[in-house]
Formats: sequence, structure tokens, C-alpha cells
Amino acid sequence: MMQKVLISVTGQDRVGIIAKVSTTLCENNINILEISQTILDGCFTMLMVVDIAGAQESFQQIAARLADAGKEIGVMVTIQRMELFAAMHRI
Amino acid sequence: MLESSEILQTIHMIQEQHFDIRTITMGINLLDCRRNNDAETAECVYAKILRMAGNLVQVGCDLESELGVPIVNKRLSVTPISMISGSDPLIIAIALDKAAGDVGVNLIGGYSALMHKGGTIAEETLLESMPEVFAKTVRLCGSVNVASTRSGINMDAVRKMGVIIKRTAEATAAQNSFGCAKLVVFANAVEDNPFMAGAFHGPGEPECVVNVGVSGPGVVQRALEAVRGQPFDVVAETIKRTSFKITRVGELVAQEAARRLGVPFGIVDLSLAPTPARGDSVAYILEEMGLEKVGAPGTTAALAMLNDMVKKGGVMASSHVGGLSGAFIPVSEDIGMIEAAAAGCLTIEKLEAMTCVCSVGLDMIVIPGDTSANTIAGIIADEAAIGMVNNKTTAVRVIPAVGKKAGDTVNFGGLFGYAPVMKVNSFGNDAFIQRGGRIPAPLHSLRN
Repeated sequence: MMQKVLISVTGQDRVGIIAKVSTTLCENNINILEISQTILDGCFTMLMVVDIAGAQESFQQIAARLADAGKEIGVMVTIQRMELFAAMHRI
Repeated sequence: MLESSEILQTIHMIQEQHFDIRTITMGINLLDCRRNNDAETAECVYAKILRMAGNLVQVGCDLESELGVPIVNKRLSVTPISMISGSDPLIIAIALDKAAGDVGVNLIGGYSALMHKGGTIAEETLLESMPEVFAKTVRLCGSVNVASTRSGINMDAVRKMGVIIKRTAEATAAQNSFGCAKLVVFANAVEDNPFMAGAFHGPGEPECVVNVGVSGPGVVQRALEAVRGQPFDVVAETIKRTSFKITRVGELVAQEAARRLGVPFGIVDLSLAPTPARGDSVAYILEEMGLEKVGAPGTTAALAMLNDMVKKGGVMASSHVGGLSGAFIPVSEDIGMIEAAAAGCLTIEKLEAMTCVCSVGLDMIVIPGDTSANTIAGIIADEAAIGMVNNKTTAVRVIPAVGKKAGDTVNFGGLFGYAPVMKVNSFGNDAFIQRGGRIPAPLHSLRN
């Protein structure tokens, strides 16, 4: 069964943000389902919906890895279960 | 599929507007812990709490990280202790405090007595022990229900609570009389309230239950900024929509926490609970509606609408709504209230009027240390009358800070905040309070 998670990446735009995040996901066997990306008020904002059902590591470990990957390139990466957004915006 | 704008709205609510789940509170029945003496009861209480709630903090932390929504407090509420205590309730209080510390929760509620019609020997003993208990424990909170719409006001208990609050203030004088912040006097207390200090696990509740309190005054305030100058119809609709969204997250957390803990989901409490942080204030919402400062004429109407719209938006978002459900107006815990009180715009009399239209009552109000026990009893009686007649919960949590006078500031730290000492009407009421007895329950027809 799919375990959908939202990854949000925000920070200063630069070369290699998507590459860095996707590499981290790939190493953890996490499948990307959707990507959208915008520049909001000069701030790079990327939203990714991924499936972590195939990942070997726990949610907390994945969160820590992504946060670390983000730090290396100066962006903030957070992950949240997709249910949160569905609950808030869909009846 | 969700749109990016919706996802970003949620993220901004959490990151910039202080949206959080204020508390996951596990209610635990302790009626089966009563033994031959209080020492044995205390042992049994300690063991049961560790058995039932051992996992609570871990589950709360897991949910917090998976959803990315802060869950500020994990707490416990228990059966009113006067139902299981005897001649030495202090020993049970110590066990409760230790159990709360050992399972990692920050507060435990239920050092309580339900005395709206009269007191038992155990309840009178529990009341007597309160000053010492709140001085000797850290995490334990208590409450006393002195009135209800069905039974009237127990004026003997009201008089007694004036004295107990004074003695608690003296017993904790070294901590700015902080003990009084852990003690609430109620009319129409509810059995499933997840918020402190008034939480207890009522006798009508199941063995164990999970209740959730949501928050998010900052989110409502931000939403109202977008509709400045528009008529109240628009304001009302905006609050409703925002409340719906906030409550849906509370429902999600409550259902998931209940599932993981293996206990029934009780209720979501639809409350706007402020903190002293800037941008997390109920007062600021009222000011955003157009008041220069909270307390200005129009405040009661603004609060009435806010309170009602929070409920209207919230009820559809949750399968079970309960607890106190409404906007809280604790003075020391709300930066806007603190500022308005310091500026002289917000008085106790205005706060009393505001409690007629919102949850819950005169909350976290610091009053001069030389306020008499009878004056405090009079404040309690007035507030209880409002609750009794209007069929709602009201409460009094005042702190007569020893050695402080009107205009001084008292700082409790953390979520309890800080507050200016507010002026109290000090004209006498001794003969009124000394009468004792009961004020009969009000009539429920001929309502004008």
C-alpha cells in the first residue's frame, strides 16, 4: 500500500537542489509521484509527493536524512504525511 | 488532487502563524484504585497511570514529526481524586505528580472535587489539603465544581474556595503564588475537558480515553487581515472556514493517537487557546475586527461572534466535539490581553462581561495580594451565577499574588506567561459571603 508523503523544500535558488533531494530519495528507494516548483517572493519552493512504502528506513530517519541533505545546500527540507493536507482541505 | 496553494497555506499556518495542536490529553479512570488506606491507593494509582499512559508521550512525538504539526502538550486527566481519597490525600497527590513526571507529561489534572450541591468528608479533606499539595507538587492541577445549572450554587463551597485560594497563594508565595494557577473553581464543569488546569476524567467517562485540544488564534487573525473593512457576514464566514481547517487537523491527530494508543477517541475541544507569543493571541483577533484594544466598547459583541463561529466551523470538522469548546481569554497567557490590561483598557468587570459569551471564565488573572478571601469568594459567586443562569461552563482562576499590588507585574514563565496585577473592587461583602447555604437552581422557563 502506498504511503504518500509531502516533501517541501524552501530556500535560496541554486544549482542542484532537485538533484540533491532526488538522489537522497533514490538512495532510500523512495518513489517520486509528483513534483511542482515555483519561485515565491524570490524564494525557491518545491513540493514533492513521494511514496515511502518501499523505503528501508523509518519515517524519522528519512526526515533526518532529507534535512541533512538540505543543510548541505542551504535549503530547508521538511516531510509530512499527506493525510494532513487532505484532512484540512478536502471534505 | 490538492493544489500547491492549499499545501502552502497549511505549511504557512504551521511555520508562520503558530498553528499547533495544543494538547493530547489521556483521561484515565482511577475508581478501581481505591484501597483500604491512602498509601495503598497511591501505589495503585501510580501503577495504573504508568500502565495506561506509558506510551502517550512517544505516540504524541511520533505524530508530531510525521504530520509536521507541533503537539505542544501531552497531558493526563484522572478521576476526581476526592472520589478515591480518604484522610490523607497528600500522599495520593505526590504519587500523581511522580507518575506524571515518570511518563513524561507536563501536567496532570484531577485533584478535584465535585461539590455543586454539597461536600463529602473526603471532598472537604481534599480542599483542606490543596494549599500544601500545590506547594509540594509540580505537575498536579486541581479543580472544584461549586455550582451547576441543575443544582444551583453551593455558597459554602464558594466561601471555602476563597479561603483555599488565599492559603494556596501564601503557601506558594516564593513562586509569585503560582500554586493558584494550578487551581480552578468551576460552575458546570465538563467531564471531558482536555485543557489545564481544569481537566479531570469525569465519572461518566469510559475507562480510558483520548481527548484533543486544538489551537490557532494566529491563523484566525491572519485570515481576518485579508478581509479588513468588510461586513461582519464576511468576517463570520472567514472565521468558520478557518476553524473548520484547524479542527480537521485536531480530528486527524485525535483519531490517529487513539488508534495507536489502543483507547477510544473521546472528543476534540474546539478552542482558540492563546499563548504569550506574539501572533498567538485571541485579543489580537478581536482587535483585528476593528477595536483599538481589547476591552474597548464592542469587545463583548466581537467575542460572542468569534466564539460562535469557531463552534460553527468546528462541529462539522469533527465526529465528536466536547470539552470547553470556545475562545479562551486567560489574561497572563495572551499578549494582547496583557497589553490591554497594562494600558488600563481591560478590567476585571469587562472580563466578567466577556465570560458571558465565551469559554471559560476569569482565567489567569493576577490580583493584589491583600485581596480578602471573601472578595475572592464574591468573584467566584458572580462567575458561578453567570454559568448557572446561562447554562454554560464558567470558571475562576485568580492569583492573589502575595506582596503584589495593582500595577505590579508578575511573571510565571512559559505557557503561563506574565501579567499586570489587576485592580479589584474592594468594597465589602462579608455579610453576603458569611450567609453560606445554597442558591437554588434557576427556572428554565419564562426566560427573559
